[in-house]
Amino acid sequence: MSDETEKLEEAAEESKKKLGSPIVTDQKTLSSLWFDQRELNVRYLVSVEKIKKFYEGISAGKVMATKCAKCGEIYFPPQSYCSKCGSDSMDWIELSGTGELLTYTVINVKPQSFSHYPDYVVGIARMPQGVNVLAWIDGDTGKLKVGMKVRLEVKKRDPEGYLTYWIKPE
Amino acid sequence: MRRVGIIGASYTKFGERFDVNMQELAWEAFSDAIKEANIEKDAIDYFVLSNMGGWSSESLPAVIVSEGLGINPKGSVRVEAACASGSSAVKLAHDIVASGQANVVLALGIEKMRESPTKTVVEYIGRAGNFMWEFENFGLTFPGYYALYATAYMSKYSVKEEDLCEVAVKNHYYGSFNEKAQFRNKITVEKCMSSPYVAWPLKLYDCSPITDGAAAVLIASEDFIKEHKSETAWISGIGYATGTANLSKRDDFTGLEAAKRAALQAYARAGLDPEKPASQLDLAEVHDCFTIAEVMAYEDLGFAKKGEGIKLVKEKQTYKGGLIPVNLDGGLKAKGHPIGATGESMIAELYHQLLGKVKGERQTDIKKGRALAHNVGGTGHYAYVTVLSLEKGGVA
Ligand SMILES: [Zn+2]
Repeated sequence: MSDETEKLEEAAEESKKKLGSPIVTDQKTLSSLWFDQRELNVRYLVSVEKIKKFYEGISAGKVMATKCAKCGEIYFPPQSYCSKCGSDSMDWIELSGTGELLTYTVINVKPQSFSHYPDYVVGIARMPQGVNVLAWIDGDTGKLKVGMKVRLEVKKRDPEGYLTYWIKPE
Repeated sequence: MRRVGIIGASYTKFGERFDVNMQELAWEAFSDAIKEANIEKDAIDYFVLSNMGGWSSESLPAVIVSEGLGINPKGSVRVEAACASGSSAVKLAHDIVASGQANVVLALGIEKMRESPTKTVVEYIGRAGNFMWEFENFGLTFPGYYALYATAYMSKYSVKEEDLCEVAVKNHYYGSFNEKAQFRNKITVEKCMSSPYVAWPLKLYDCSPITDGAAAVLIASEDFIKEHKSETAWISGIGYATGTANLSKRDDFTGLEAAKRAALQAYARAGLDPEKPASQLDLAEVHDCFTIAEVMAYEDLGFAKKGEGIKLVKEKQTYKGGLIPVNLDGGLKAKGHPIGATGESMIAELYHQLLGKVKGERQTDIKKGRALAHNVGGTGHYAYVTVLSLEKGGVA
């Protein structure tokens, strides 16, 4: 829960005692607001069944993409079928070697579910296989430059403690 | 296909609208539009609501709003094209009328974004792209996505943060004259430069705000317009395109491919020369969700050559009296950006500008009788370009 919501909840509890209803006042506009008594938490279950090999790759320290066996199109994020030619015969290839940093940013104002992280750097790298990868950049932010050489690295993301891929300046 | 025109339009005061619920907010925009069009609401055959939602409590906003407006049992639907939802509603309404299925269709956009805390709203818009591969692991935000474009653009064309701030200065200037704008304060480059980073290199004053608001556009057939002698701006061309969900799948980060395609399509349909669109238009509304977005829009629309968009701002060519005035309502930056209502609010502004109904400093001279709205959804995920004209013509 955000600080904003916590404060509102306190005010709503006060109001329930006094008025009987959870009515809070917006301090700027002085409008009366009903503080929702129902809270919705969502956590999705997203299927990765057909791209399981990607996570096997991550487990072995590799970032894998798929390549259409028929037309040669490469997909990252990996795809189990080819949107281009319609084939569902795909090979797995590793995205490796030296890539180029196309652009980057620092996320200063964070979404609720990322608010426990310090400011993080996100970049997009073009890999020698011809596809781009978007990921956090691990390294000295002050030294980043568009066009610099980078590679991919698999590393643990804490505090969640799961493996994911990073862009690392060379 | 039949000719289609706009016969009335309005948008509410934008901002933190804690004083009204969704129905009340919709009613404000609707009642003004109906009055302007001088029609009975029974004349409306169909209703298209544009809304992104998630941050607001109602799951079925179209039926909530329809009941509140008193237009049941007419048919309705809710459409979503992220920040371009409003233009997609106008396109759908246009197509329904053009096909002969209806004589009058209401396109109304609404958003109650402030029903949720700021960080939740930041999260919802951050998820608007590819959730699994760009949000779940990397926590991208809407400013973050555009910041990726800003970094690439600034690096390639040697543009400074100060230069981008000039866009905010212009849009706040015009916003100061718009009583419906969320922000009415003029700002300076210094003020913009001293604001905190939201997603480096974009600062608070590079960004459009979180906004509540509604906007309504009434769209009618030529027959209806003739019969009612309505004050009309004709829809003479609509262009549209879709960009990749994953930002990483784009080839270039200095312009929006979908917007370029949409512009060329709209020019072809409206009969405009794509080599010099600015000289054939009296004004434009462009999607300045961030300052960098307005600069890229100039180039994607062909108002400036690649890499020269920033020059238009610096030389004040997009102020009144310049090459083409842009965002005379304050733009998303100062007027506000209630996601699902932004598109209709752009069309409403152009309708009033073309008919000379905007009061005071903001009204521009109408000589060519043509205006354009450039409305981008997400980060170039959806793009709509709509050309309005005082003359009938084009094949929208
Ligand atoms: Zn293929």
